[in-house]
Amino acid sequence: MGNIPKLIIKRLALGVFVLWVVSLFIFLGVSLLPGDVATEILGQSALPETVAAFRHELGLDLPLHIRYVHWLGGLLTGDLGHSLANGRAVSQLIGERLGNTLFLAGVAACFSVPVSLLLGLLTALYRGSVFDRFTNAVTLTWISFPEFFVAYILIMFFSVQAGWFPSLSTMREGDSFAHSLYLVTLPALTLTLVVTAHMMRMTRAAIISVLGSPFIEMAKLKGIGQRRIIVWHALPNALAPIINVVVIDLAYLIVGVVVVEVVFVYPGLGQLMIDSVQRRDITVVQACSLIFAATYVLLNMFADVLAIATNPRLMYPK
Amino acid sequence: MSTPADHSPPLNIAPADRPHRQDPGRFRALLEGLRRAPVSAWFGLVIVAIYVLVALFASLIAPYGEGQVVGSQFDPWTAQHLLGTDNLGRDTLSRLIYGARNTVGIAFLTTSLAFLIGGSAGLVAAVVGGWVDQALARLIDILMAVPQLIFALLLLTIFGASVTSLVSIIAVLDATRVFRLARAAGMNIAVMDYVEVARLRGEGLIWILSREVLPNILPPLVAEFGLRFCFVFLLISSLSFLGIGLQPPTADWGSMVRDNAILITYGDITPLLPAAAIALLTVGVNFLVDWFLRETSGLDDET
Repeated sequence: MGNIPKLIIKRLALGVFVLWVVSLFIFLGVSLLPGDVATEILGQSALPETVAAFRHELGLDLPLHIRYVHWLGGLLTGDLGHSLANGRAVSQLIGERLGNTLFLAGVAACFSVPVSLLLGLLTALYRGSVFDRFTNAVTLTWISFPEFFVAYILIMFFSVQAGWFPSLSTMREGDSFAHSLYLVTLPALTLTLVVTAHMMRMTRAAIISVLGSPFIEMAKLKGIGQRRIIVWHALPNALAPIINVVVIDLAYLIVGVVVVEVVFVYPGLGQLMIDSVQRRDITVVQACSLIFAATYVLLNMFADVLAIATNPRLMYPK
Repeated sequence: MSTPADHSPPLNIAPADRPHRQDPGRFRALLEGLRRAPVSAWFGLVIVAIYVLVALFASLIAPYGEGQVVGSQFDPWTAQHLLGTDNLGRDTLSRLIYGARNTVGIAFLTTSLAFLIGGSAGLVAAVVGGWVDQALARLIDILMAVPQLIFALLLLTIFGASVTSLVSIIAVLDATRVFRLARAAGMNIAVMDYVEVARLRGEGLIWILSREVLPNILPPLVAEFGLRFCFVFLLISSLSFLGIGLQPPTADWGSMVRDNAILITYGDITPLLPAAAIALLTVGVNFLVDWFLRETSGLDDET
């Protein structure tokens, strides 16, 4: 032992470093903008003195590195600045919507992870069968669909024709949990369909690649049944890549949420980000992209740490 | 009694019976392969060919102009307007046809640019090595740590949404993926003896890259081009759908879905057609790449 904690700490440090560089990128990108926040707010026709006074008020006249330290300090204490469009605190704008987005992604994850693991296992078990080939063809096609296409197909069938679910998932404060769940069914289903295809194919590939190992050959020669080999011998050894794929797909889910939220007019972070991009409300876009990027980096880091932790070979240094 | 010589092991101990990568007749083999290609590959080929033809001859095929208002809003399907009209009274069929030119053309341009940037940077990193390689690789690792859609949204806010910024931003972001592949593939070739010989002969970097390394890593790069194209195509369509990609009045499949989405709630499938056009092309290219990869690598399906 001792090797694993060291590797994990190394990986965590790398993740924090990446996050720091990303924050630097985002900050510098916005700072290099031709014309700064002050002129954006006051308009082109503002007097130079007014702009200068306003810049002073916002702290824009300070040198770049000091501004960065202030910005980073604000971030760490939860102060994300103010929206250029309506002057509200960004943290306040984001707070509730972040919860909604996590709720949607969470529901989608609860659907998609068990389904894709089961499908991956079944297609590996019955590989080459009609069921396997059918599932493969369907998922390969499905992967190629843009998210909004899947979303509108679902709306067409389940909302317009069957009338089971609403086509707009407008959540309100005080909605009961069951009602929220009902509202978010179609968007969650869309996300599920989009990630399941990938997750299932990767699970299948991971199990099949383990099936080529000598110890599986050995198990076969001992006369163990196909099903037992897959569940007891192949699956535990394919666990690390599968966990990795699941976590990476969850990270993808967080990003894929953007398009789906817009289709269903769901009040989440993605919708806020798109609205802000259209208004060129840079402080909000900055904060949103930082949150999305951080979630993505953290989940990927988590995937790496899990892969290290579930790999017993790493317990012994080479 | 036999002499020991009779039992000498066969001298034929050639390492593996894998097909050699640099066959001179590879192109002919490809044509040969095309003849016995599976149905899915033919399907992909036909789809891609149709899209290319429609894109090239859009102005000849389309019954009306790209931005021409020819009817009232949301006309149903009639003989004059086969697929009805859109939210501004423009002919949907014509816009669908022009969309092939705009959406596919821009995605193709972006992917080519991404390959130009990422491919050359990757090859240089692989051949030159040393600190150039390390610096580029670390920079790309960090760029790749952020999801592309989010990065694209941030950059589009900073630079404003125009075709030029759209193409260059996505090309640069996508070049990171190309860089990785080109570098990894180039590394394998850069250590070959014939590259060393070329170096000793005093050939310049450009010559080594274009004459020694590039031809030998072409198949994986071509396959990657197909896959990257699909990705870029979906990304641009998504951005246009979100209202920050191609700007009106350019006919574009993503924004066509967005503009006419209201019709879906009335049970009209017209707005789904551009989305289906996107999906169909992606499926076609995927099938084609799938077949090409199997054909050039000599690998069969993993099963």
